[in-house]
Amino acid sequence: MRHLLSTKDLDLSTAVGILDVAEDMADVATREVKKLPTLRGKTVINLFFEDSTRTRTSFEVAAKRLSADLINFSAKGSSVSKGESLKDTAQTLAAMGADAVVIRHSASGAAQVLATSDWIDASILNAGDGTHEHPTQALLDAYTMRKRLHGAASRGKDLDGLSVTIVGDILHSRVARSNVWLLQTLGAHVTVVAPATLLPSGIETWPVAVGYDLDEAVDANPDVVMMLRIQAERMNAAFFPNTREYAREWGLDDERLARLRPDTMVMHPGPMVRGLEISASAADSSRSTVLAQVANGVSIRMAVLYLLLASEGGQL
Amino acid sequence: MNLILKSATLPNGSTADLFVTDGRFAVEAAKGATTIDAAGLTALPGLVDLHTHLREPGYEQSETVLTGSRAAAAGGFTAVHAMANTSPVADTAGVVEQVHSLGAQRGYVTVRPIGAVTMGLAGERLSEIGAMAGSRAKVTVFSDDGKCVSDALLMRRALEYVKTFGGVIAQHAQEPRLTEGAQMNEGALSGELGLAGWPAVAEEAIIARDVLLAQHVGARLHICHVSTAGSVDVVRWAKARGIDVTAEATPHHLLLTEELARSYDSRYKVNPPLRRDEDVQALRAALADGTIDIVATDHAPHPLESKECAWDEASFGMVGLESALSVVQLAMVESGLFGWADVARVLSTKPAEIGGLTGYADAFATGSAANVTLYDATASRVFGLDDLRGKGRNTPYLGRELPGRVITTIHNGYPTVRDGTLLDVGEVAASAVEFQRALELNRKNPRA
Repeated sequence: MRHLLSTKDLDLSTAVGILDVAEDMADVATREVKKLPTLRGKTVINLFFEDSTRTRTSFEVAAKRLSADLINFSAKGSSVSKGESLKDTAQTLAAMGADAVVIRHSASGAAQVLATSDWIDASILNAGDGTHEHPTQALLDAYTMRKRLHGAASRGKDLDGLSVTIVGDILHSRVARSNVWLLQTLGAHVTVVAPATLLPSGIETWPVAVGYDLDEAVDANPDVVMMLRIQAERMNAAFFPNTREYAREWGLDDERLARLRPDTMVMHPGPMVRGLEISASAADSSRSTVLAQVANGVSIRMAVLYLLLASEGGQL
Repeated sequence: MNLILKSATLPNGSTADLFVTDGRFAVEAAKGATTIDAAGLTALPGLVDLHTHLREPGYEQSETVLTGSRAAAAGGFTAVHAMANTSPVADTAGVVEQVHSLGAQRGYVTVRPIGAVTMGLAGERLSEIGAMAGSRAKVTVFSDDGKCVSDALLMRRALEYVKTFGGVIAQHAQEPRLTEGAQMNEGALSGELGLAGWPAVAEEAIIARDVLLAQHVGARLHICHVSTAGSVDVVRWAKARGIDVTAEATPHHLLLTEELARSYDSRYKVNPPLRRDEDVQALRAALADGTIDIVATDHAPHPLESKECAWDEASFGMVGLESALSVVQLAMVESGLFGWADVARVLSTKPAEIGGLTGYADAFATGSAANVTLYDATASRVFGLDDLRGKGRNTPYLGRELPGRVITTIHNGYPTVRDGTLLDVGEVAASAVEFQRALELNRKNPRA
């Protein structure tokens, strides 16, 4: 793998391969010394044009566990906020000898622009670009599902036949997009549920079933319910009338939670807005994988960094 | 300079010699005239662009009247209409006269300024339309291009008021609220790429409203850069009802589709956006059947830094003057929809008529100013940076094979491009002075 920009271009064996390497990486976390020497001497730059303490920290932990030198290059307070362009920033990082750049940017396609430009030669790892993709989030979600499903026997397995319902702001969600493509590749059946205003145009061409009614989706007995964060400012742009109505129609409240099977996974990419898209008891229930997702995020990011920087000849 | 264009192929397919004497077409060769071998070349009436951004005054880092004029001449144009979104905006007689006279001095093409419909393009108050119409620039086309005159009442008044001066409003049809933050055509692809959508309805709704307004007040209306199949239907319906509407399509909307956005390469970011293949086919058919009257480039140069960035951050627009004729050949002639007489109509006769530019009604007519382009339709080239003669490098055609090549461009009887070479600034300016002098002389002593 040269770059990781999107889950759309991951084939089944590559995707399963990443999940399997993540299994190995997870074992490291159980050791007394949680560190591998694999990426010693490699420089990884966290280039975050948007604030995201969680994702940035997760990459930081991952890189450090692999003994890479990790430098945080945050846009705030740097030359980036003084109008320096993506090009100049990239060239600066290239001149500093970055081996990999983990980029978070508010513009869709920013990671791809870096990867296809001649500004920088490093491996580019998309950590969220606008409303396009967030591939490591989808990989860690898939890892979490596979682990719950197959436990210690996860290696080599896909998600064949798993039913996954994704609820919320599909239109603006890079997490939803990356999940839809990856879950499709791994053989899961995806349903998306949202008000029509929060579904992207052309959703009928996606490999998903589409519904408006969360109650129907809950009663369809899914294996996984993934709740997406709702940003309150969407309300002002007339995507829905107010948060109260949203929570009533599309929130995972206690009553809907009670109707789910005991083993249905409740997922959320975080940060959660408790009481809006998810109730406190849903977030804290035994079905919830929210904290497992965070822990698995480190393993997945270690796996991806390893595959980008340490494997021979760019092959898995 | 007196010329003989030997054995040129006319748009109707016949072969003829064309004679240019004192800047005008003549029935026979003048003594000592220079012969230009035009055998095998198609002679087109000088091309006229109704939609060019020359950027001067105010955005000289992107383009100037000189550099844009050179790009135009290189593309076979002899006249361009310069859009009003400069800084200051072309909303007063002073600005349009400045642009007009800069164009005349440089001499590569006739520069016809377009006046803004509203002050500062702000969409609030009418600009000094009468003063611009009555100025030395003789403005007849008014447009807020880049912005839509979205206020229905203001648009109604503009249509009525411009009628007073025999002008036309050229509308940039884009409902602003439906396109806030828009980045590309709205559809399955924008959904996948996570780029904010620019829905077809935002164009079609404005066109529908404006043709009805034009009918209601009995005014002329021109629609800039029609980009969707639905817009074609609306214009076709309006023309069938006898509404006085004309429409343009850009070369890029006749050839390219939204699929190019997949690369996130912002050279493909343009407003209105590249659409679906169905739209491209509908635009071609509409141009062929006359529903769309003309091709106009929407030549929109930008400095490198406005395109070397993420898609969302990039400016909208493509340069088009240097590639327009080749793209029309590829999209319309090679697809069998057009003959060369049709090309002459949509790139010269008709845009001149809409723009109120005289001397283009009868191509090559004796006594009219000699504006002609000699084009080698059999040539082919991989379009490269060398083909660009303006300041802008933002072309979507880099590395693409395009048919045809402009060999000679003659503006007001003197060459601006000869043997495929753009002539230098001093030579062209001197020719322009000579032509003006002859014009003055002619005015004082009209020929019998």
